[in-house]
Amino acid sequence: MSVDTETVARIAALARIKLGDGELEAMVPELNGILAWVEQLGEVDVTGVEPMTAVIPNTLRLRDDVIDADPLTGGGRRDAVLANAPAAEHGFFGVPKVIE
Amino acid sequence: MANLTDLGVKAIRDGVAAGDFSATEVAEAFNANVAAASALNAFIVATPEAALEAAKAADAKRAQGEALGKMGGVPIGMKDLFATRGVQTTAASHILQGFKPEYESTVSQRLWDAGAGMLGKLNLDQFAMGSSNETSYFGNVISPWRRNDGGNAALAPGGSSGGSSAAIAARLCPAATGTDTGGSIRQPAAFTGISGIKPTYGRCSRWGIVAFASSLDQAGPMARDVTDCAIMLEAMAGFDPKDSTSLDMPVPAWEAGLSPDMKGKRVGVPREYRMDGMDDDVAKCWEQGIAWLKDAGAEIVDISLPHTKYALPAYYIVAPAEASSNLARYDGVRYGLRDLPEGAGLQDMYAATRAAGFGAEVKRRILIGTYVLSAGYYDAYYTQAQKVRTLISLDFRNAFESCDVILAPTTPTAAFALGDKSDDPLAMYLNDVFSVPASLAGLPAMSVPAGLNREGLPLGLQIIGNMFDEQGVLNAGLAIERAAGFTGRPERWW
Repeated sequence: MSVDTETVARIAALARIKLGDGELEAMVPELNGILAWVEQLGEVDVTGVEPMTAVIPNTLRLRDDVIDADPLTGGGRRDAVLANAPAAEHGFFGVPKVIE
Repeated sequence: MANLTDLGVKAIRDGVAAGDFSATEVAEAFNANVAAASALNAFIVATPEAALEAAKAADAKRAQGEALGKMGGVPIGMKDLFATRGVQTTAASHILQGFKPEYESTVSQRLWDAGAGMLGKLNLDQFAMGSSNETSYFGNVISPWRRNDGGNAALAPGGSSGGSSAAIAARLCPAATGTDTGGSIRQPAAFTGISGIKPTYGRCSRWGIVAFASSLDQAGPMARDVTDCAIMLEAMAGFDPKDSTSLDMPVPAWEAGLSPDMKGKRVGVPREYRMDGMDDDVAKCWEQGIAWLKDAGAEIVDISLPHTKYALPAYYIVAPAEASSNLARYDGVRYGLRDLPEGAGLQDMYAATRAAGFGAEVKRRILIGTYVLSAGYYDAYYTQAQKVRTLISLDFRNAFESCDVILAPTTPTAAFALGDKSDDPLAMYLNDVFSVPASLAGLPAMSVPAGLNREGLPLGLQIIGNMFDEQGVLNAGLAIERAAGFTGRPERWW
């Protein structure tokens, strides 16, 4: 499978990355080179093989359902959460107007 | 007094504890080396005050007669992928420039708790994506090594932990943290004549490490020798309830368990790693390594890892897929860069922010990842790659029925020149051909320096162990280290 300019533009839109026309054109052969190379995986007989889900056997744990389970990242830390926001306003993340 | 910056982790820790010198003297000596080495561009931010503060705390503890920690009085470099509270953490990306975490990564916190101090945040490939440290927004790291041809071509320190490797080889720090997703500890270690180990997936908490590919990312130590790696890994590893894939197992006493005796050990040599057109010096180095381990008492076993050639293509589907998902968080809203063109709405702001903030390689991988996960292609690419990953893991499981550790080269060549591969993504990816399989299988693997090639550049040997057997890996590494007697170091030009 190979991609054309239109497909790359669609992928870039899905990934929310704005690409200029030049960037878009340059990306097409690069992605096609990589995709052609990974296509060799199609040669491998995977009949009856399960896709890997965990590289080391492990079980998912549940923590106690409590507020402020961790002193630095638990609840009640609004200002710390907002400290690196490019536009924090009135205790919220600021974003451009969404609804006209 | 010996030059303090020539000392490693163990020598510093033991020397401080014995009162041969103070931790403050050590920190001052390394701070001076860091300040004088800006030509290498190994650090994004230097933190000499943090190093001094930790050193003074260690000296005060000693004066009080208190025991110092496992890393007591040892200043280290911190790869700028670990969140450090109040100190800029960028993953070498413009999109995180100025980001000062409100929290500390588990691994760095453990190191500080063990008595280590921070010399600064080390440069890396942007979001750890690269094998030459040429994708950093903050510029290339220059290897302290040069070829012996009298030229002064700038060489790659490897990647993605290229700041870590360059800084250790140049004696700017005795040890540093690294992270390894497909070889990012082992390949730079090999390129710069130092040691580095990626432990079993889950040994070191990923909490507070900027995520690249979560099913592969694993932190580990980089240092000048195997013993120092064992000491530092002990300090870094351990169960963390904040990482859902953290291993809930005790941390073995790796330092105390070190032994170069290979009697009764079977060393597997994978035939599929002997590739056509293999570099002569690398092939010779591998043969030499086999002979060394045999001399140390090991039995050499021919093994097969039949799916080896599919490891790299599988990796270049799985890792970008996970990256495209992980990096969706950089949206210009919560932290980092925001690019808001005049009159732009929310969606335009996302797209403009990510266009301005991510470098070319990061964009390339996000696009590949988005494509292989998109409707209609998911099964053909992603599911197929995950099935192949299962087969690669089974290859190793079968191999470890007939051997205890596996010996292979770390990289197909010695360090290449900066710029040599930077405009050919595929050529760059092929550099990880020997390191990626162990990453896909989550296995512990380390690189130790084994000698110099005909250009006077270091070559590394790689030891891959069964899951949880870091001790077996470290011990085989120690056997090679003893036999190799590697003393190479770059001549100072910076």
